[in-house]
Amino acid sequence: MSRQALDAFAAGIESEVLEAIEIGARSGVDKRLATLTEDYADADALRRLAGQVRQHTLDHLDEYLASAEERLTSHGAQVHFAASPDRALEMILDIVRASGTRVITKSKSMASEELDLTRRLTEEGFEPVETDLGEFVVQLDGDRPSHIVKPIIHKNRRDVARSFERCGLGDYDDDPETITRRARAYMRDKFLDARVTMTGANFISAESGRVAVVTNEGNARFGLAAADVHIVLAGIDKVIPRDRDLALLLSLLIRSATGQRITSYVELVAGPRLADRPSGPREMHVIFLDANRSSVVGSDMAPILRCIRCGACMNACPVYRLSSGHAYRGVYPGPMGAVLGPLLAGNEGFAAVADLARASTFCGACRDVCPVDIPIPDLLARLRARSVREGVILARAGVPSMAGYLLLARHPRLWRLAMGLGRVLDWLPLRRLPLASIRAWFDSRTLPRWRGAQFRKDVKRGRREQEDG
Amino acid sequence: MVPNREPVTGRRVQFMISCLCDAFFDDAARAAMDCLERAGCAVTCPSDQTCCGQPAYTSGDWDAYRQVVRHVAHVFHGDEPIVVASGSCATAMFHEAPIAFEGQADLPEIRRLASRTWELTDFLVNGLGVRAWSGRLPARIAVHDGCHTRGTPTIRAVRALLGGIDGLEVLAFPDQDQCCGFGGVFSISHPHISAAMGRQKVDNVRSVSPDFVVSADLSCLMHQQGIAGRQNREYPVRYVAQVLRDAAGGPA
Ligand code: SF4
Repeated sequence: MSRQALDAFAAGIESEVLEAIEIGARSGVDKRLATLTEDYADADALRRLAGQVRQHTLDHLDEYLASAEERLTSHGAQVHFAASPDRALEMILDIVRASGTRVITKSKSMASEELDLTRRLTEEGFEPVETDLGEFVVQLDGDRPSHIVKPIIHKNRRDVARSFERCGLGDYDDDPETITRRARAYMRDKFLDARVTMTGANFISAESGRVAVVTNEGNARFGLAAADVHIVLAGIDKVIPRDRDLALLLSLLIRSATGQRITSYVELVAGPRLADRPSGPREMHVIFLDANRSSVVGSDMAPILRCIRCGACMNACPVYRLSSGHAYRGVYPGPMGAVLGPLLAGNEGFAAVADLARASTFCGACRDVCPVDIPIPDLLARLRARSVREGVILARAGVPSMAGYLLLARHPRLWRLAMGLGRVLDWLPLRRLPLASIRAWFDSRTLPRWRGAQFRKDVKRGRREQEDG
Repeated sequence: MVPNREPVTGRRVQFMISCLCDAFFDDAARAAMDCLERAGCAVTCPSDQTCCGQPAYTSGDWDAYRQVVRHVAHVFHGDEPIVVASGSCATAMFHEAPIAFEGQADLPEIRRLASRTWELTDFLVNGLGVRAWSGRLPARIAVHDGCHTRGTPTIRAVRALLGGIDGLEVLAFPDQDQCCGFGGVFSISHPHISAAMGRQKVDNVRSVSPDFVVSADLSCLMHQQGIAGRQNREYPVRYVAQVLRDAAGGPA
């Protein structure tokens, strides 16, 4: 293959899709910047602080997880640890079977995408309902989210109206209010039918066991109000040390994600209904998902687990914007996905997605917006090095060998010779060379005239003159 | 991004040409030397230098990369500052080289190399303490910040130096800080996205019709000019040192 799979995918995307993504991502970039600069004198200092808090948590993850488990259990919640997505799925199936429910409401959770949860629950005969509007549309279409905050960033409202029409939710109408009203009417009954509701977790406090869930649609709250059983599915990386860290992390998460100061709803759930906590589901399960995270914790890739899933890095990434989230072929797209995807795939799965680490110019736009200061380009570079070390073929597509370059770069005489000989480039029909990648390069670019070693001649002449004089 | 550096005391510097100046932009290298000399430096230019190794770093072939960096360390031995005529190569040397040498026995040596390495304008402003550059050059220009200099002192240094030149007007243009899509090896492995980003950049810059585009990074300029060239569109570019030299001034 002469080029990377992601590039080929990008070349085939319809302009309407690209336009939708561009509009969605750009509005994310603009709103984020506006609120952050308006609210904070030095947002960068906050980003660094938040990065330290998150890194500190990872460095002591064992202790903080144990503490969160202890707190949650003491509040009457049941805590489970799932080594793999499949194991988590089994746990969820056990819980929903025991509850006797058929309908399961679900608010947005990227961890659940790792389980392919809605699809799998449906296959098992249940009726899971995505209650986040974007995820609901994804479910109607049998699609995949293409952004971690705006799952249907790749669709415009005409697409959504067509999906609603096709699924019997009313005649074609692309008025956003009508769409929302119809979704709400449909979901209302489901909320009342569901005995089990599922959420993710934005953060879980090790100090109190409190699970924080943010939404703008109030769907998580409705789910919690109506159901008997609450299942929280969260990566083990979601723990934070103290409740008061929420002040910093929620402030940055929400501003970075949507440019709001606070989302319309913030749920803080510390346990199931008890005598002194008279509302909410009677039963609460918290499933901590590992899925190869623990193998990352102690490694030089650990900083990626600081990620709080704000989506700012993908909004800011020109490669994401020109290729779409689906080009990343997994749950997590964009710069963070290009790091996290290959890592969560584990040693067995690495080769199949290692090429994602090449989907970056290393421009650093992601690093500059990341609320937890993750050096994404450096992590991508390490993954590239690993893919070369492990000889991953797919990741090599379109990447020139360094053998010839290395020979020249290590041998000054050869280098100087090549600088002189390079002049042939001026005469070669570069667009007709038999190397597809070279051809593609010159199809869209010209090269300046070769002036190899001219400068060195000057330096040498200057020196001789100096010596002569 | 930038390592801790010792204050610059002497005036002796080693000059790193950068492979692009070596192959295409000899006048840019000449201008860089000229600026250093106007600032009072005694410049040497080791003839066994080749390349900083960056292509191997980005391609992921770190075995090859480390061999090239070791060659660099060997050629540029000594204590003098190493001044590079390219923001990207400088960042590769002071930020990336230590990453690729993690766990290697010669990491301390590479760290020393890193802390001696400067991008040209950063060196003039923060190494030598040049506040502004005098001279006159009537022109309306666009300044492109190479992404590899994000988070480094180069971004400000370029503006500080250009800001002192009489008659020079710096134009703002849309999406100024978006990457132009070069990315070295990326432009070969992802030709479609790279060219699409390049066209966006060229359109944005041309929308304000500057007399020329100025940057501390010739790699970006080469890519942008190449994209415009294939479309038969004018796209005059200058390396920042060429502007400083042509303004015929010096440290103010
Ligand atoms: S990597 Fe940083 S910017 Fe990207 S989603 Fe995670 S927290 Fe947000």
